[in-house]
Amino acid sequence: MSNSNLPNYLEYKGKYKGLLGWIFSTDHKRIGLLYLYSVMTFFIVGALLGLLMKFELIAPGKTIMEAKSYNAIFTLHGITMIFLIVIPGIPAILGNFFLPIMIGAKDVFYPKLNLISWWLYILGAVVALSSQFMHGASPDTGWTFYAPYSFRTQSNVLPALIGAFILGFSSILTGINFIVTMHRLRAPGMKWLKMPLFPWSLYGTAWIQVLATPIIGITLLMVVAERVLNIGFFDPALGGDPVLYQHLFWIYSHPAVYIMILPSMGVISEVIPTFARKEIFGYNAVVISTLLIAFVGYFVWGHHMFTAGMSETSLFAFSFLTFLVAIPSAIKTFNWLATLYKGSIILKTPMYWAVSFLFIFMIGGLSGMVLGSLAANVHLHDTAFVVAHFHFIVFGGVGFGFFAGIHYWFPKIFGRMYDASWADTGWLIFFIGFLTLYAPMFYLGITGMPRRYYDYVPEFHPANIISSFGAFIMIAGLAIIIINLIRSAKKGPKAEESPWGGKTLEWTVSSPPIVENFEEIPEIK
Amino acid sequence: MEGNNSNDHYDHEGSKMGMWLFIFTELLFFGGLFFVYAISRYKNETAFALAAEELNVTTGAINTIILLISSATIAMAVSAIQLKKKNITLIFLAITLILAVVFLVNKYFEWGAKIEHGIYPGSEILQQLGYGEILYFGLYFAMTGLHALHIIVGIVIILIISVKVYNEKIHAERFVQLENTGLYWHLVDIIWIFLFPLFYLIV
Repeated sequence: MSNSNLPNYLEYKGKYKGLLGWIFSTDHKRIGLLYLYSVMTFFIVGALLGLLMKFELIAPGKTIMEAKSYNAIFTLHGITMIFLIVIPGIPAILGNFFLPIMIGAKDVFYPKLNLISWWLYILGAVVALSSQFMHGASPDTGWTFYAPYSFRTQSNVLPALIGAFILGFSSILTGINFIVTMHRLRAPGMKWLKMPLFPWSLYGTAWIQVLATPIIGITLLMVVAERVLNIGFFDPALGGDPVLYQHLFWIYSHPAVYIMILPSMGVISEVIPTFARKEIFGYNAVVISTLLIAFVGYFVWGHHMFTAGMSETSLFAFSFLTFLVAIPSAIKTFNWLATLYKGSIILKTPMYWAVSFLFIFMIGGLSGMVLGSLAANVHLHDTAFVVAHFHFIVFGGVGFGFFAGIHYWFPKIFGRMYDASWADTGWLIFFIGFLTLYAPMFYLGITGMPRRYYDYVPEFHPANIISSFGAFIMIAGLAIIIINLIRSAKKGPKAEESPWGGKTLEWTVSSPPIVENFEEIPEIK
Repeated sequence: MEGNNSNDHYDHEGSKMGMWLFIFTELLFFGGLFFVYAISRYKNETAFALAAEELNVTTGAINTIILLISSATIAMAVSAIQLKKKNITLIFLAITLILAVVFLVNKYFEWGAKIEHGIYPGSEILQQLGYGEILYFGLYFAMTGLHALHIIVGIVIILIISVKVYNEKIHAERFVQLENTGLYWHLVDIIWIFLFPLFYLIV
């Protein structure tokens, strides 16, 4: 099929030309790239905000900013990273691009809705970020918008809340679209248990998107109502219950962690077999663990609130369920390791990312167990340990998975190869920077450094210097990776149809794929 | 929810499936408010019962009947289109629209009376009442307000769909958009079916 004469999706001329041909295109591949460019733009902003915070923490006391600016920056960093990057991240970029191709479809089930989702994403981003440029102070609540502060503060929380609400809507529509796509558009012969693991992970993710996101939607609206109409659902001064807010918030926001990590696990499940030259070990177990994570992850939200006031029974139940959800994650990890065992391993850039993912995900996951146990949690709650844990999972887990995926599928997306030695160098610097940045924060948290403060006592100085130093290394690595990819997308040598010898359908179509992916819908035997 | 009507691919079942998923999300969306209602009621039982006496059961009952009939008429519109009866479809859609508007007019007078008595979120009279009353009326305005917003969206959708039926974009072979509109309308109906007893009947 590679010698096809049909135009590929990058060259195709539709109803509109130039930029309009992209922002009004309903082609899932173009929409995937729209997401790629917008998410990466926000990611660079979010990463630089993080760098500013690490700069502030390089020494005790005021270094470059006041406490208020620090509060505003960690809030904006959180909102950007969570709502604009890691939640849409892999499903919207790689999922949009590869889900239809991997299941042998021409597009997603609702192409127009797919485009609307991207527009809603942009609208939500603009509304959320407008909070920075309006009259008055930037939001300073943290990305969690905890009540009652979120409706007492004079800062511009309202646009941030409404922005997050719109982004949730975009996420729901993508979820619905993906579920129906997988139910209705699989190629003939592709039974459920023949579907590749990346689509499976998107399937689990999509269900969480559909079943959890509405809860945050209504919760954010209730906070809006508190601010505008003074209703009092969560306001103790009006008889409301602030802990109720935390419950509603985490009913979504904990499953959201699995919206982030499941697709990343899906990418790893594609990359590891390809570069180990083996089929995945225990395909069924990986599928079942995906669905189990999606299901059990729904019932563990209370572990964010161990110190907020709950009955002993609930504490015990939430702690137990938290340990339970670790089992399917461990099953996946063992399956990946077993796939590597006696495989014929080829270390290429995507594989470096995948293997370092395993290392970082393991540390992140095990530190999660520390936080899930009740006694340890009381000590570590709201310390730098928590920050280290979720950056290992959310940034390590999702980020390394995303970069594994983008280096794996780059030749297919752009039809060109990247410079492997620069990509490997970037990975190495990034990996070293990542560990230098976040590992000391475990130590800081255990010794008692609270999070969300711009200042600290002198005892914490040495570890903070190391951590801040790591941030600079990591940003340098990130710059190399991104510049290398951008340059290669334009100037890299032409890629083959299947540069890594992958076995899934996307490697049978030309690089870059033609407009509707397949000249003839393939039949799976 | 739009199907793939830009190209030749038409999948009635698939399009309906997407709509059902959307309805799940709507139920969960309202579920958050029902959850807050349940907990607030559990904590302020007597206050909720007293506050509920303020509502007019007759107006609520009339609105319930109106919505139930409108659900029936839109279901008949879905049947009529399959029997290739375009005019009857349009008549049933028109009746549904009229009933929806009557519902809103009723709601307007009901809310208006409350506001006239000084009962609205943040009002001085309400602040003087107890916590339970404040929460009850807060929830009343939030939940029925959000529901009324869904009615308004429903009216807009039914209008668009009626035009499509009139132009024969929707016909006996391709009526999933009409059917999905019906599903949405039933959703709006069923949410009201729960709001009515929770606010008007339990005293």
